[in-house]
Amino acid sequence: MKSSLSPRTSVKCFHCGEDCEDHSLTKEKKCFCCQGCKLVYEVLSENDLCDFYEIEANPGKSQKLKSSQLNRFDYLDDAGTQKGLLDFQNETESHVTFYVPLIHCASCIWLLENLYHIHSGVIFSRVDFLKKKVQIKFLHDKVSLKELVNLLSTIGYEPKINLSDLDAKKDYTSDKRTIKRLAVAGFCFGNMMLFSIPEYFSEAKLLGEGFKGLFNYLNVVLSLPVVFYAASDYYTSAWNAVKQHQINMDVPIVLGIIAFFLYSLWDIFGLNQSGYMDSLGGLLFFLLLGKLYQQKTFATLEFDRDYKSYFPIAVTKMVQGREEVIPLAKLQVGDLIMVRDEELIPADSILLSTKANVDYSFVTGEEVPVPKQKGELVYAGGRQKGEPVLLTIQKSPSQGYLTNLWNNESFGKSKERLLEPLATRISGRFTWTVLTIAFVTLIVWSFSDFSIAVKAFTSVLIVACPCALSMSTPFTLGNTLRIFGRGKFFLKNAGVIERMALLDTVVFDKTGTLTDPVNARITYNGEALSEETLSILKSMVDRSTHPLSNRINYWLGNKKGLSLDKVQEIKGQGIEASYKGQVVRLGSKEFVENFSEVNIQGGNLVFLTIEGLEIGYFHIESGLRDSASGVIRQIEKSYKLHVLSGDHSHEQISLREILGDKIQFNFNQSPTDKLNYLQKLNDSGHHTLMIGDGLNDAGALQASQVGVAVTDRISHFSPASDAILDADSFSKIPLFLSFAKDSRNIIKASFALSFLYNIVGLTLAVQGLLSPVICAILMPVSSISVVIFTTLATNAVAWKKGLLTQKTD
Amino acid sequence: MEVIFLLIAVSLVLAGTFLFLFFKAMKSGQFDDDYTPSVRILFDNHPKKLLKDQPTKPKSYE
Repeated sequence: MKSSLSPRTSVKCFHCGEDCEDHSLTKEKKCFCCQGCKLVYEVLSENDLCDFYEIEANPGKSQKLKSSQLNRFDYLDDAGTQKGLLDFQNETESHVTFYVPLIHCASCIWLLENLYHIHSGVIFSRVDFLKKKVQIKFLHDKVSLKELVNLLSTIGYEPKINLSDLDAKKDYTSDKRTIKRLAVAGFCFGNMMLFSIPEYFSEAKLLGEGFKGLFNYLNVVLSLPVVFYAASDYYTSAWNAVKQHQINMDVPIVLGIIAFFLYSLWDIFGLNQSGYMDSLGGLLFFLLLGKLYQQKTFATLEFDRDYKSYFPIAVTKMVQGREEVIPLAKLQVGDLIMVRDEELIPADSILLSTKANVDYSFVTGEEVPVPKQKGELVYAGGRQKGEPVLLTIQKSPSQGYLTNLWNNESFGKSKERLLEPLATRISGRFTWTVLTIAFVTLIVWSFSDFSIAVKAFTSVLIVACPCALSMSTPFTLGNTLRIFGRGKFFLKNAGVIERMALLDTVVFDKTGTLTDPVNARITYNGEALSEETLSILKSMVDRSTHPLSNRINYWLGNKKGLSLDKVQEIKGQGIEASYKGQVVRLGSKEFVENFSEVNIQGGNLVFLTIEGLEIGYFHIESGLRDSASGVIRQIEKSYKLHVLSGDHSHEQISLREILGDKIQFNFNQSPTDKLNYLQKLNDSGHHTLMIGDGLNDAGALQASQVGVAVTDRISHFSPASDAILDADSFSKIPLFLSFAKDSRNIIKASFALSFLYNIVGLTLAVQGLLSPVICAILMPVSSISVVIFTTLATNAVAWKKGLLTQKTD
Repeated sequence: MEVIFLLIAVSLVLAGTFLFLFFKAMKSGQFDDDYTPSVRILFDNHPKKLLKDQPTKPKSYE
């Protein structure tokens, strides 16, 4: 046996901390695993930035997989592309924000914020760690955008630039608007409260009439920003509703604000009384607080991603044998393009090279790459694994088999229209009732005393202002949103919860949603494997990142690996190793050569030969998630179940055995079929929930009333959806569904509570007994008690269901 | 008691100033990222010196 150093005891790479396979790559007594890592170290040490390695040990990420193609950023010289990417530009400076997925530790922040040491063209850089974004300001005369991206790529922080980055920048201001309005309302409310307190006690008399007048006038001044600035969103919303002959929750609120304001003005200037300005300030303050609470967003998640978020900006086009990098928008049917290892196929095209290996995991959820032969049609969205391939474009990027989905009209519709929120339906009836009571009061009183009649009329409008009513929804939903978030179920907005409560049909995607790669079913057929062979296999699959290798690795369990003389992986084909002079091959049928015919339907086959002799093969089929059958059994009690799958129907019998026969299975579904299927369900009056994971489910997720994307890595990938579910929480789906129903019931209960307050208030108001003191007490008490009730009730229910016991950040 | 006129004026101006400062801070992006500054503040111009005082390896932020 050869005496060589076992790779397992080797030194760790100084840059990334991975094992160094050979020890030849050294610099200043430091060992590196690959040229890329060494290069990064050299750049940093030249610029005296080795502090990078002091903040954290081995802070880098391996540079082995980095593409070495030098011209891949050429498209950044294109003026149109630059304009789309830059945040700001003047004569000297440009600002740009990049998404850098590799940001992972404190060293990353430090290095990226010290970019100006490496290149004098960079004047400022700032990292947002949670969003993994870096904002860079640079002098475009000294460094071009392309050079900047090249620089980042050299030091190992290659930004991810996708097609969607070219679109208009997203507007994040809606949150800020509410906060600003809340700050103004809070400021005015606080001060008005101070000026009104003497009025509630007898102290005002001690101060004399002059003070009373001053306090009232100050209150009027302070109420102006509240009425004309803080409340402005309610006016537009109410006006829009009225224009469409509807009454939403904001209509009675606006009626209340107007009544409050006008009556107080008359009270203060006409009658020299104190008015209700402080209550008006309080009303707006609490309302905006509720609004903000409901607007809880998950900053690190994105719910609106379409295919553009995954497609590259540029492609390598072959023109007369030369490579040319062009923006995707300029790609035309008939163009010849080259797609390298790990690059995305941008449009439906025909394969010109002999072989390709396409990973469709983004699209279908199936991890194992699909082999393609010369002349076959390759759909957009796949990722080439292995050697570069040549393709000729058949359809423009936005018209492909998959991308055509986004041209469907359902993507133009907003789902908010699908269901009228509970509060809106109630507020219609509520407003008419209050108006009727107000006018009846006015008429009845005007027979005896007209001034009391006016007072009672406005009092009714003021006290009936649905403050408590309109707070119950935002606080219940806001709290539910947070509880879901703790269970790793992230909703796009609070409106989704109300839609969830009314669902009656659940549609699952199969691959990647019901199935889980970790649970693959592996059967081995062939000669029995000795302990030694198993160990050889273990060391072989250890070296590979291919999904099938990972599954075999999992199947082998904790076998000990041995040191092999030579291991080589040919991407997309297999692994070859030599051990004690014998050649061991593990991989596809073409790779191992001369293997006799195996007749098995479905799944993937991995063949094993030693010295060209057949040993056996692994049959790997996708297995169901551990929790899948439990979830299905629980859901099928109260919902109709459907399963959609893009695969062939050979698994139907085994699926039916495990999942029960109440489910309707549909196989061979294209992305558009899935969309149409959901639309048909909707049209027949069902309320649909779609649970899927890949881009091919994007249409169905959009067409359903609630679309849930399941993902293993929350921040990594998910098609546009209403909610993102961490795959770990898959088993909690029935809990989430029933909790959504509970929170709807809690809203109803809190409506009852606030009606109670309204009845008390209205009884006083119709008698003309409402005074500023009563108003100042009744208003906050009702609001706060409703908030407390909804919060406690949702927490109590969540606790009972076990959604709160597990604390996760 | 006339001093109250002055006090009211002072308190309003003071509160208004805070409101103004809050808006300014919000516009400058102070509340946009509430995590990175907590890491950034620990960087030193000479982290080597810093590390000598710190026997344990700084924890990973992953």
